[in-house]
Amino acid sequence: MAEEKKLFRVIVDNIPVDVEPGTTILQAARLIGGEVAPPAMCYYTKLKGSGGKCRTCLVEVSKGSTADPRPMPKLVASCRTTVMEGMEVKNITSPRVIDARNGVVEFLLLNHPLDCPICDQAGECHLQDLSYEHGKEATRYEFGKRTFEKHDLGPHIQLHMTRCILCYRCVYVADQVSEGRAHGILSRGDHSEIATYIEKSLDSDFIGNVIDVCPVGALTDKTFRFKNRVWFTKPSDAHRHCDKCCGKVTLWQRGEDVLRVTARKDQWGEVEDWICDDCRFVHKKASDWIIEGPTQVNRHSVISQGHYVGMRKPKETISEVMGGRAPKLLMDIHSVSEVNKPDVDLGALPGPATSAVFNKEKS
Amino acid sequence: MAKKLLLENAHVENIRSYGVYRDRGGYSAVEKALKMTPEAIVEEVKKSGLRGRGGAGFPAGMKWSFMAKPEGVPRYLVCNADESEPGTFKDRYLMEFIPHLLIEGLVVSSFALGSNRTYIYIRGEYAWIVDILEQAIAEAHANGWLGKNIQGSGFDCQIYVQRGAGAYICGEETALLESLEGKRGNPRIKPPFPAVKGLWDCPTVVNNVETIAAVVPIINLGGEAYASIGVGKSTGTKLISACGNINKPGVYEIDMTISVEEFIFSDEYCGGIANGKRLKACIPGGSSVPILPANLLLKTAKGESRLMNYESLADGGFATGSSMGSGGFIVLDEDQCVVRHTMSLARFYRHESCGQCSPCREGTGWMEKILMNIEYGKGKMSDIDLLWDIQRRIEGNTICPLGDAAAWPVAAAIRHFRDEFEWHINHPEEAQKRNYGLANYADVRDAVLV
Ligand code: SF4
Ligand code: FES
Repeated sequence: MAEEKKLFRVIVDNIPVDVEPGTTILQAARLIGGEVAPPAMCYYTKLKGSGGKCRTCLVEVSKGSTADPRPMPKLVASCRTTVMEGMEVKNITSPRVIDARNGVVEFLLLNHPLDCPICDQAGECHLQDLSYEHGKEATRYEFGKRTFEKHDLGPHIQLHMTRCILCYRCVYVADQVSEGRAHGILSRGDHSEIATYIEKSLDSDFIGNVIDVCPVGALTDKTFRFKNRVWFTKPSDAHRHCDKCCGKVTLWQRGEDVLRVTARKDQWGEVEDWICDDCRFVHKKASDWIIEGPTQVNRHSVISQGHYVGMRKPKETISEVMGGRAPKLLMDIHSVSEVNKPDVDLGALPGPATSAVFNKEKS
Repeated sequence: MAKKLLLENAHVENIRSYGVYRDRGGYSAVEKALKMTPEAIVEEVKKSGLRGRGGAGFPAGMKWSFMAKPEGVPRYLVCNADESEPGTFKDRYLMEFIPHLLIEGLVVSSFALGSNRTYIYIRGEYAWIVDILEQAIAEAHANGWLGKNIQGSGFDCQIYVQRGAGAYICGEETALLESLEGKRGNPRIKPPFPAVKGLWDCPTVVNNVETIAAVVPIINLGGEAYASIGVGKSTGTKLISACGNINKPGVYEIDMTISVEEFIFSDEYCGGIANGKRLKACIPGGSSVPILPANLLLKTAKGESRLMNYESLADGGFATGSSMGSGGFIVLDEDQCVVRHTMSLARFYRHESCGQCSPCREGTGWMEKILMNIEYGKGKMSDIDLLWDIQRRIEGNTICPLGDAAAWPVAAAIRHFRDEFEWHINHPEEAQKRNYGLANYADVRDAVLV
């Protein structure tokens, strides 16, 4: 006797999708997936009230709804705009959107230190990905960047405001996931900063989750800082019995050592289940965990570069992609690039890979 | 002289005190309104054609009728007295000189909207006005115009005054509500609009001081009679706070049929440009609206004389027109430097951005820095196009109108005064010593009026 749910049909970049009323444009586009889903730097499905701030998810609504087909005059934040029956949305098919998004990326990078080479987030940084897609190779900003001192928020978390893009996600985590409001935004405008009032430390059983929601490297795990580059570590799904949280985590290992424990993330980089600080910061031995197997990693991610067994391979074969035709020239990337030589196991190296490693293999 | 509806009695001795105000016919609008139904009052306000006086000019009656009325949920009226737009000081004048007019308007409007608890959110810097308003509220209370069962009508209403803490952004209605709730004054993401989810998630109407005050003459005269004053969709009278290089700065209540030229040059209003200088430019509606050079200010692009009303000031869109805005009328004479002026506005918006959304947070600071370079002789020709590009990417892409308000002055300055920017860049040393002057924006009166 299940009641027929009325669904709204929306069209995003010419692709129709049926969604429940109350769904946001962003969620509808994520159902379609791929490039049609707008990038989101501040919105986080699990955090109430998040979104609307960074403006990277702006889209054009070329038709409001079947009832009122007028287009919306301004670009709208897809993460905070709900769909209507018959709505038509343009994301990557709208030059206006692309232009605005390029602008937003430029604004976000204006005061960003671009210190990726020494940043722990590099390799899994959403700002890095976004800049790669939409950024320019040079900046038009000719002034000094704003900088902040680093702050320790308790024993395990470091805040480096200089990298922050003020997405407010960590503020929502502190409000919603851990008890009591511990930190927020001080000051206003381009000098606003995330802070705890008078350097109070953040302590709560779940506060470590602020690290996972941070889209950039502003909040980092002090037990992992500078230990390794993420692409040299191998993620595997693991669990343990925990009284406080679900105990389902991703372990990031290099050889036998567990360098880092994080929550599991979905394909949009969002945490599936919050984990407690005990699991995250204390249980750092492989023997603490029951390892389930390799974490699925998107093949576009830099983490998949070390011949990672869990790499998600493309389903389609070359002839399918090419509509039945055979390629004129087929080259194995490994035959031209030494770096991707299959017999060098990057994960097994004691330190970072250097050219010496590859040359040695060669000789 | 035009009929005054708001400030007629503003200079009567002791008008601040209840007795004098009452003798002059004060609170008659409440008496009249309490005999009407709330719907009928909303209807009168609709008929009056009153437009919001805070800056956006949205029809007040419409705004009122959008208010959701779910059962068992309180509704709120909030009066926006956070007047912080550079060049705007009309609400201050009204509250300071004739506070009971605002209180009277608030009682009528609260009754129409069903608000039993009404708030005045006042700019923190107006500290002394808080005392004036609280005095007026106490008097109104003592005389049965506030409190329980007002004048035996069964309607209860209480008014509270809340001081802001010095942020321009709290004049944006949703930031104001956040601040009123005791939170950081960040604008909310809309929808939902305050009419559905406002103060403490209840339906709320936020109106400017002058809008609320105008409800008093609307009820006294009737909506139609009010609408017969003025022209087109600019009905009633409007307070203009005039400042800058004029002989008689001050607050004027105008009938919106007079021309800009009359407003600036007649002795009844601004009394002409001070020190015998000539008119160079003007920002007709508070710092956020586009600046207009003298020629486009006095005449529209079609060559018609420009009038002091919503439609005429906006004639030509932003390409050749501007906007009524909040009624802050800033006049610049031939000695003023548009680059410097734009720079100080950019500094203002950089300082007042709440920092929530990236285009406004980062873009406002960037524009200020470039404008400082140009002003201090370090500008490059490419900076002008860069400024244009930055403002273009802020405008329309932000959460609240502050982003637009920061972009428009820069856009208009470049649009109308590009040669002045270029002169600054080409003559960095000379530009430190003297101003560009009038150039080809000569006061068209020279040509027209002889
Ligand atoms: S436009 Fe500016 S003031 Fe408005 S919400 Fe965004 S950052 Fe804040
Ligand atoms: S993700 Fe929508 S505005 Fe940031």
